[in-house]
Amino acid sequence: MALSYLRSSSSSSANLKLLSSAVSIRRPISTDTTPITVETSVPFTAHQCEAPSRSVETSSSELLNFFRNMALMRRMEIAADSLYKAKLIRGFCHLYDGQEAVASGMEAAITKKDCIITAYRDHCIFMGRGGTLLEVFAELMGRRAGCSKGKGGSMHCYKKDSNFYGGHGIVGAQVPLGCGLAFAQKYSKDETVTFALYGDGAANQGQLFEALNISALWDLPAILVCENNHYGMGTAEWRASKSPAYYKRGDYAPGLKVDGMDVLAVKQACKFAKEHALKNGPIILEMDTYRYHGHSMSDPGSTYRTRDEISGVRQERDPIERVRKLILSHDLATEKELKDIEKEMRKEVDDAIAQAKESPMPEPSELFTNVYAKGLGVESFGADRKEVRATLP
Amino acid sequence: MLAISRQRILGQSFQKIRPAVPGLRSYSSAAKQITVREALNSALDEEMSADPKVFLMGEEVGEYQGAYKITKGLLEKYGPERVLDTPITEAGFTGIGVGAAYYGLKPVVEFMTFNFSMQAIDHIINSAAKSNYMSAGQISVPIVFRGPNGAAAGVGAQHSQCYAAWYASCPGLKVLSPYNSEDARGLLKAAIRDPDPVVFLENELLYGESYPVSDEVLDSSFCLPIGKAKIEREGKDVTITAFSKMVGYALKAAEILEKDGIYAEVINLRSIRPLDRSTINASVRKTNRLITVEEGFPQHGVGAEICASVVEESFAYLDAPVERIAGADVPMPYAANLERMAVPQVEDIVRAAKRACYRSVPLAATA
Repeated sequence: MALSYLRSSSSSSANLKLLSSAVSIRRPISTDTTPITVETSVPFTAHQCEAPSRSVETSSSELLNFFRNMALMRRMEIAADSLYKAKLIRGFCHLYDGQEAVASGMEAAITKKDCIITAYRDHCIFMGRGGTLLEVFAELMGRRAGCSKGKGGSMHCYKKDSNFYGGHGIVGAQVPLGCGLAFAQKYSKDETVTFALYGDGAANQGQLFEALNISALWDLPAILVCENNHYGMGTAEWRASKSPAYYKRGDYAPGLKVDGMDVLAVKQACKFAKEHALKNGPIILEMDTYRYHGHSMSDPGSTYRTRDEISGVRQERDPIERVRKLILSHDLATEKELKDIEKEMRKEVDDAIAQAKESPMPEPSELFTNVYAKGLGVESFGADRKEVRATLP
Repeated sequence: MLAISRQRILGQSFQKIRPAVPGLRSYSSAAKQITVREALNSALDEEMSADPKVFLMGEEVGEYQGAYKITKGLLEKYGPERVLDTPITEAGFTGIGVGAAYYGLKPVVEFMTFNFSMQAIDHIINSAAKSNYMSAGQISVPIVFRGPNGAAAGVGAQHSQCYAAWYASCPGLKVLSPYNSEDARGLLKAAIRDPDPVVFLENELLYGESYPVSDEVLDSSFCLPIGKAKIEREGKDVTITAFSKMVGYALKAAEILEKDGIYAEVINLRSIRPLDRSTINASVRKTNRLITVEEGFPQHGVGAEICASVVEESFAYLDAPVERIAGADVPMPYAANLERMAVPQVEDIVRAAKRACYRSVPLAATA
């Protein structure tokens, strides 16, 4: 039984030993798949469809996986914050801490044959799809070991072999692209779906409605997921959207409003949406979530919202704390065991950062690679074409 | 009455005896002629037949048989799953096409004219052209964006712009522009087979023009290389580069110039990006003079790039400054006389070639 979705196979057996030695006196926790039923924090609100049940089936194993994955994501984003302040990460860096339940819950409901596409707040989605910490940190620092060999940066992580299509910098563009993935899945008769993630800021983009219209006309298995963290950069949703009921904005397309800080609610909604989309075409999921950081590392995040609001959400709705309470109340692990997992995640992150720092920057010749898939032996030029020329492979 | 119907029956049975593609078989030794429209249609047909991943998308491509009838008959042959009529939402359907290409399909997206591609240009540049680079080779985008480009006749400013220079400046894109039927067939087939995003700039006024095509061109495996220009007419005195409709004008200009003893070498670019710099430079090194011709706006145009390339690579070979013939530096007017002044005419090319060949007025030093 896999311990987590995020770990490479070499370390998982070592950690299994670590955990089982820590709990050798107690019952095995992380491999227990006995079903446990939990109620979501709030019921789902539905538009043009019947909401799924609030009762979600889970297990000890799944809950511990959620805890582990989200703790890893949290640790990774906080470490990225430090690296950015240390100037090891340049340019844009959009952090996801607070929103981990969306990435984690979604993965639990789908397979790697389903597609995910998102905008620039993509590090944790990439991890959920099976990416490694090293690939993320090296990419953020522009090194060879990065998932895009250092040529993409924070906003351009991709993992095609697990159907993760990025990582997009242009707000809203990923939604039609996602509908295109769904088109291709239907064309190929793959019986899989695409989740196209976007924010409350992107929800007003015209191209989203154009793509939704086509998806509904052609019955594409597209699920549009609005990660509503209530702020589009510095603009609160009520200042940007005449109607902030994003789950209803699909009009003819059904929608569901979900507590995005409740990983089980996310899982249930995504499972429901996948079944729906395969039969009936597009559906919108609005995940009510929150980001603790500002829009990006250049935004303190406190000029347009109060510190009380941020700490209030952290206290009342933090996704990791919710799962911790669930695990403890169902007596699935002790507080110490959970703290040990968090320490372990911290160590993994630190190790990955150390490894990423060792990775060199790309070779200068990489400037000219991948311009085309088939370069035809064409010439390309550097800033001074008499000095730097290359033949594209 | 009976005679007519008997003839019709005879004609029908003849149809059955004929080979599968009656339109394309020549019965004499003279070269077969096909229109650019037929060339494009047959190229699409053959590529769709050869590869089930190829599909068409655009406004009126299906039931209407194509706004300019380029996709005629394809809906009937391949069905609505492979020939898709879209709503009038360029940004949306172009994004959907690019997303399908991410997954591995091979979309051919039609813009009714390239003027409308501006509504979708973010997807062409940021979602298609740059993806292979940003993903270090993980996400390639085997898509073709095709449609009429440049001036038509009397369609006014918003429907007449040439986009060759804009798209050709972007690394990650390939930009092709056919002139005749051979170009249309060979380049479109190459574009569809190519794993990178290709912008395919046609010309509305050429769709109905017929050109001779050899049996080789008509074969379903026919393909032209991307990035290679064609020397349409050899000459020794001046090089004229052109693409699309202007190739025809350049050839007419060359005939007129020949009467005055000037032998022009006409280069049909075929590929705007990659630009065949070596063919252009080799020609200029032979003739020592260059005229660039294009329909689009002059500033930062295709001719500007060709001129810069020749100055960089073959400066010592130039006997005269490079001349640029381009569309007028104004939005396209409607009135017929003004429109005529806004696009290059054959006499403009002839005049420029003569200027490059001898000075009509001696140069004097200016203060």
